[in-house]
Amino acid sequence: MAETSASDSMIIARGLRKSFGDFEAVKGIDVEVRAGEAFGFLGPNGAGKSSTMRMIAAVSPVSGGELRILGMDPATHGPAIRGRLGVCPQEDTLDNELNVRDNLYIYGRYFGIPKAEVNERTDELLEFVQLTEKSKAKVEDLSGGMKRRLTIARSLINRPDLLLLDEPTTGLDPQARHVLWDKLFRLKQAGVTLVITTHYMDEAEQLCDRLVVMDKGLIVAEGSPLALIREHSTREVAELRFGVGEHEALAEKVADLGERVEVLPDRLLVYSDDGEEVIAKVHERGLEPVAVLVRRSTLEDVFLSLTGRTLVD
Amino acid sequence: MSAVDLSLGDPELTMGEGVRRQFDYWMTVYKRTWRSTVISSFLSPILYVVAMGVLLGGFIEGDPDKLEGATSYLAFVVPGLIAGHAMQTAVGETTYPVMGLMKWQRVYDSMLATPLQVRHLVTAHLAFVAFRLVLTCGVYTLVLAPFGVFESWWGPILAFLAQVLVGMAFASVIYGFTTRLNSPEGFGVLFRLVVFPLFLFSGAFFPVSNLGGVGAWVARLTPLWHGVNLSRMFALDNITWWVAGVNVAVLLVLTAWGWWWSVTGLTKRLVS
Repeated sequence: MAETSASDSMIIARGLRKSFGDFEAVKGIDVEVRAGEAFGFLGPNGAGKSSTMRMIAAVSPVSGGELRILGMDPATHGPAIRGRLGVCPQEDTLDNELNVRDNLYIYGRYFGIPKAEVNERTDELLEFVQLTEKSKAKVEDLSGGMKRRLTIARSLINRPDLLLLDEPTTGLDPQARHVLWDKLFRLKQAGVTLVITTHYMDEAEQLCDRLVVMDKGLIVAEGSPLALIREHSTREVAELRFGVGEHEALAEKVADLGERVEVLPDRLLVYSDDGEEVIAKVHERGLEPVAVLVRRSTLEDVFLSLTGRTLVD
Repeated sequence: MSAVDLSLGDPELTMGEGVRRQFDYWMTVYKRTWRSTVISSFLSPILYVVAMGVLLGGFIEGDPDKLEGATSYLAFVVPGLIAGHAMQTAVGETTYPVMGLMKWQRVYDSMLATPLQVRHLVTAHLAFVAFRLVLTCGVYTLVLAPFGVFESWWGPILAFLAQVLVGMAFASVIYGFTTRLNSPEGFGVLFRLVVFPLFLFSGAFFPVSNLGGVGAWVARLTPLWHGVNLSRMFALDNITWWVAGVNVAVLLVLTAWGWWWSVTGLTKRLVS
């Protein structure tokens, strides 16, 4: 039955698990997504984000734990849940045989929306994703960014309460990503609850009010992007690039300059609230990096600090 | 932000509603593909009738005792040809098209993100195959009606139903087979080792009794023979009712089992 106590919770997961044979993709996670927020799952490929998304989309049976979506149990109310979800899958599943407009119209019919109503919404959505001029075009003639926008338009045809976006901008060029982010931001303004998986920290920072960092099927941190950065990293990062192969050895010599030092194959990261000061002291010690950079901490640094690995390998 | 309405909807769709919601999709598919189906559905069968029935059949004596009651080879071969053609249409519709929707374009994945369920997808797809069969076998029968190959007015109607039924038996079983394939290479094996031999040796072109004792019984175990035999008995008004009963039962069981096998196969494939 519906959980009346949590009436503004769109998703509640408790000890949620997913296994495929012997492989456990999701190893018991607790998540709660509230109405109107943009919630993110951040993590590298294979962290269990997509498996989690498929369970939330009510297409993949839960292996263990408890999951309620819009107050309903996906095991018993899958179709009712899916009727109120919008799903934008990682890979485009558009019908190449249909034209752009028909992809929306036909999809709307699957939700049982009357023909006249679907036609109206189709026109609106084509306008929203700036594809009105392409309405008679074949899907295969669209660019990657246009296909993504069409997929997002399709996921909105049933006016969903909850929109699931699995790696929405993977494979897009920077300009197409910004166009898409703008559309998603507008949806959020309109009150649509967004759930986004991404392995791009900038995407998570741009779009998410709150996120969980996933690694190896578990949640390793949770909070707003800013709070996570504050909690798990310093305000600034000094990046020092030395000659090839020198980084490991030089790490010791700068270790005391910041709260923490990370060694990457191509550079050293010194975590400190004042990056410029770090650089100045490095030079004082007679070290001569090939290149230096001071920047603010990002979610990438949070992930590095939590797992010792980078997000995009 | 207003509180979200958490009232529970109907847990799932009825079969009728689930299939109805896909009507526009399949009509769009048909509008796009009907031109290309004209050749395979109507032209090639007519060529078969002319070549096998008229030209080759001209050399064959029309002895009803040897031709299961037919007074000409044309009358003998036509009901079998239509049944064989129903099988080929069904196989064509449930091999590459199913693989495409399931694996290549993943359209089924997108459909399952809506309230539709696997059983709705399978049923609507098979309903579309049934529509194709009705059209193909119907036109085939109407075109041949003036040539005196049918012995009664109601015979061809029952024969037509038999042809659609044998087509559906193949459609549902082959659909289930396709859901268990990882690549289209299996289709080559299916066409060469199953469909083509069945077409040649299941009694469409000659009475299976010509195959000799064991051969004849093997042929009678094939699903296509049940369709060919049923179709021919009705067309020639030469009906042994208990045999017709067995034929219908076999084809109905195959259709029902094939549907179930397809639903379980597609579920394993897409709902994991």
